[in-house]
Amino acid sequence: MAMAYSAKVREHFANPHNVGKIDNADGVGEVGNAVCGDIMKMYLKIENDVIVDVKFNTFGCGAAIATSSMATDLIKGKTIHEAMQLTNKAVVEALDGLPPVKLHCSVLAEEAVKAALLDYYTKKGLSVPEELANAACDHDCEACMH
Amino acid sequence: MDNAATTSVSEAALAAMLPALRENYGNPSSLHELGQRSSAALEEARESVAWCLGAQPREIYFTSGGTEADNWAIRQLARQGAARGKKHLITTAFEHHAVLHTMARLEKDGFEVTYLDVHEDGLVRPEELEAALRDDTALVSIMLANNEIGTIQPIRALAELCHAHKVPIHTDAVQAVGHIPVNVDELGVDLLSLSGHKFHGPKGVGALYCRRSLRLTPLLEGGAQERNRRPGTENLPGILGMAAALREATEHLEEHMAHVTALRDALLTGIADIPCTRVNGSVEHRLPGNVNVCFEGIEGESLLLRLDLAGICASSGSACTSGSLDPSHVLLAIGLPKEVAHGSLRLSLDAQNTREEVDYTLEQLPRIVQTLRDMSPVWEQMKAEGRC
Repeated sequence: MAMAYSAKVREHFANPHNVGKIDNADGVGEVGNAVCGDIMKMYLKIENDVIVDVKFNTFGCGAAIATSSMATDLIKGKTIHEAMQLTNKAVVEALDGLPPVKLHCSVLAEEAVKAALLDYYTKKGLSVPEELANAACDHDCEACMH
Repeated sequence: MDNAATTSVSEAALAAMLPALRENYGNPSSLHELGQRSSAALEEARESVAWCLGAQPREIYFTSGGTEADNWAIRQLARQGAARGKKHLITTAFEHHAVLHTMARLEKDGFEVTYLDVHEDGLVRPEELEAALRDDTALVSIMLANNEIGTIQPIRALAELCHAHKVPIHTDAVQAVGHIPVNVDELGVDLLSLSGHKFHGPKGVGALYCRRSLRLTPLLEGGAQERNRRPGTENLPGILGMAAALREATEHLEEHMAHVTALRDALLTGIADIPCTRVNGSVEHRLPGNVNVCFEGIEGESLLLRLDLAGICASSGSACTSGSLDPSHVLLAIGLPKEVAHGSLRLSLDAQNTREEVDYTLEQLPRIVQTLRDMSPVWEQMKAEGRC
């Protein structure tokens, strides 16, 4: 399975970007389930509606780490509105594709970003945009597969 | 360090194979000189394999590998049992899929299968087999050594129980042959499967041992090869390579076992220094070369990929490497929670591994485990809860 990873996935797995935590983050999102084998936790620092910093911690396979890394790259420096538009498809394309059995990792990355944004809105007491309405879904093992 | 997956072809095996691929390419069934040379080579290989197992040549049937041998033994013995009204089979929960999936198929065909517990230490309890044996039991199939955690089953004691109940016993010895002493009479088994590429023979060849007192009907239909039991022109190069590899492994068994055990113990000692690590399965009743551990808080595939980047080949029972949602059925069978089983690592050593390789692994592994734990929310939570 490892050999089915693109060069880009291998690169982001070997040297992931934005690994770590942010103290006093403005938004934190955690998705996934240890029983399924992957958990992503995303931290956002937001100033004037712009994501000025983002970090992640991930427990998971090579694809889970690579999609986390790519998703953080894709939203860093972007406005909240732009980050909200992030799709798993965009993450997959930026990584030059993922093996079919690993596509759920990209979904998890999109959900982690959205969960962190939802947390930001909730903490601020702002009304939650429609794009994030489903970001708080539960994750059981069936959901891992999508 | 992934020799349980496969091994390199030894020089002795290659030397035995090459003439059969070049000038001695005859079909053993042909009556002419070229064919008869192949026929003689085939029978010599059979004698050699039989000698290595303490069997008689006529009890050895060459196959396409361990999977075919397992399928053959189980399906045919089940079919023969069913003809006498016996439709119960006994196996364990952590067999290789060649056995488990064959059993599942037979269940669909109306057989009842009892899966014996292998407990936390990865060992079958003879008294539990005794309790499971019935008048309508057609076959017992229990592996000699497990492919993931390397635990060695008390086959002799299990075989004695089977014989007392007049039930034939098959063992999948694919991971054991060439690595520990395997003598069919000492084990008391009636059928035994082996695979060439696990002991430096080529891939695509194996054998089924079947005790002469037992009737064995063919799985496949066709020609009269293998004394009418296994049709198809024999894979002579493969068979000769496997026989040469097995002879070499058997002749050097003691020295290889001592070397590999010392390496394995050095690995286990070094790994024990990594916190929150557990060894899966009994250490005492274990293949000399098998290390199987779980590092809590990390996932196995990312560990394998990082080891690969450091030039170390290993294997894992994580779901990500199995291509399914669930982690290894072997680790679940010994009672590991799924979240822990995802973090498993198997290192399987062989006589060709060196102390330098073990030292290098012990230099890289703690660093890699730490890097992955540092980015793991699961590990963070474990630390916060004081579990590690």
